[in-house]
Amino acid sequence: MAENEVLSGTILDERFRLTLMEVCQICEVSADRIVELVSEGVIEVEGNEPAAWCFDAVTFQRLRIALRLERDLGLNPAGAALVLDLLEELHRLRGK
Amino acid sequence: MEFKDYYQILGVPRSADPEEIKRAYRKLARKYHPDVSKEPNAEEKFKEINEAYEVLKDPEKRKAYDALGSRWRAGEGFRPPPDWEERFGFRRGEYAGAGFSNFSEFFEALFGGFRPQGPGFRVRGEDMHATVYVDLEEARHGAVQNITLHVPQRDLASGRLVEKPKQLKVHIPAGILAGQKIRLAGQGAPGLGGGPAGDLYLEVQFKPHRWFRAEGKDVYLDLPITPWEAALGAKIQIPSIDGKVEIKIPPGSQSDQKLRLRGKGLGSPPGDQYVVLKIHTPPADTEAKKRFYQEMAAHMPMNPRQGIGE
Repeated sequence: MAENEVLSGTILDERFRLTLMEVCQICEVSADRIVELVSEGVIEVEGNEPAAWCFDAVTFQRLRIALRLERDLGLNPAGAALVLDLLEELHRLRGK
Repeated sequence: MEFKDYYQILGVPRSADPEEIKRAYRKLARKYHPDVSKEPNAEEKFKEINEAYEVLKDPEKRKAYDALGSRWRAGEGFRPPPDWEERFGFRRGEYAGAGFSNFSEFFEALFGGFRPQGPGFRVRGEDMHATVYVDLEEARHGAVQNITLHVPQRDLASGRLVEKPKQLKVHIPAGILAGQKIRLAGQGAPGLGGGPAGDLYLEVQFKPHRWFRAEGKDVYLDLPITPWEAALGAKIQIPSIDGKVEIKIPPGSQSDQKLRLRGKGLGSPPGDQYVVLKIHTPPADTEAKKRFYQEMAAHMPMNPRQGIGE
């Protein structure tokens, strides 16, 4: 990388969208794991079938936290979903 | 290097059984998990308890660690005993643990570093997280920020893990908002065995501004005005996020009334700037001024508390 190169990233805003394949690649997980998290309701995706799924910024960030919680705290998908919901509630209350 | 007291870190006695150690670890892991914890040093603590657990959960490592004796104190200068390798068979480079690639120098001296195990062994580098603070003007117009990260890297000569400062120039896109994240692919910790680097997630926060405060996409400015400017109306030059602009204070304005400057906010499409009027009264610090206030009271009687306390 050149010393003075200016890096441009992707903003995780309302325009951010990823496909299932991209999500698997970025998070280094199998599609089966994502399908399990979706069917357990940990994350919600747009689109009917996995090939057409669309992950927005909020879903993507929820997914990344869920994967970390599972790995680090030994939670199952339902436990991770509960923690995520409570965290969101907490942020909402703190933001008031 | 410093001695680490893994029992003290997990808060268990040296005689603790595996169940007790697991319970203590799980409890601390929940408390300090960086995604959940509000503790200021959560990430560091989390790393520390994972390292302690990595040793104490493994009977072989625990036995070796215990053999160091109980005389060591945390933070004390430490060097592994000369016969360490023969006695326990841990050699640098042998450790192939569970994904945590950034344990302390103390851990690596005892149990070796995290090294590629045979052909085809590739590990992707860890994702990194950092916060970047930008001015409101930079968020509005875009900017380039210099960022220094401390990236754990393997020193090729010694095989040890060292933190190397890494300088990045990052484009902050116009219209970014506080709390938004920028993902920079491949700018996280380097991978092992030819594995790809992790990603870097930059969270944007706004620096405090001397005049403005941001609320979501809107920018607020408290504007002090005089009673006569409020009563009679005035044209006043004020700062906006794009530089100076002139605004009209309508006659009959009151304190806390808001004037809106459309589009002079943040984000894309941009929010607005709100100018919050704050009427400041001149002090009655001379006899003449006191008389003037008394005259006003006589000429303009008013009750601003109508309906309060009735």
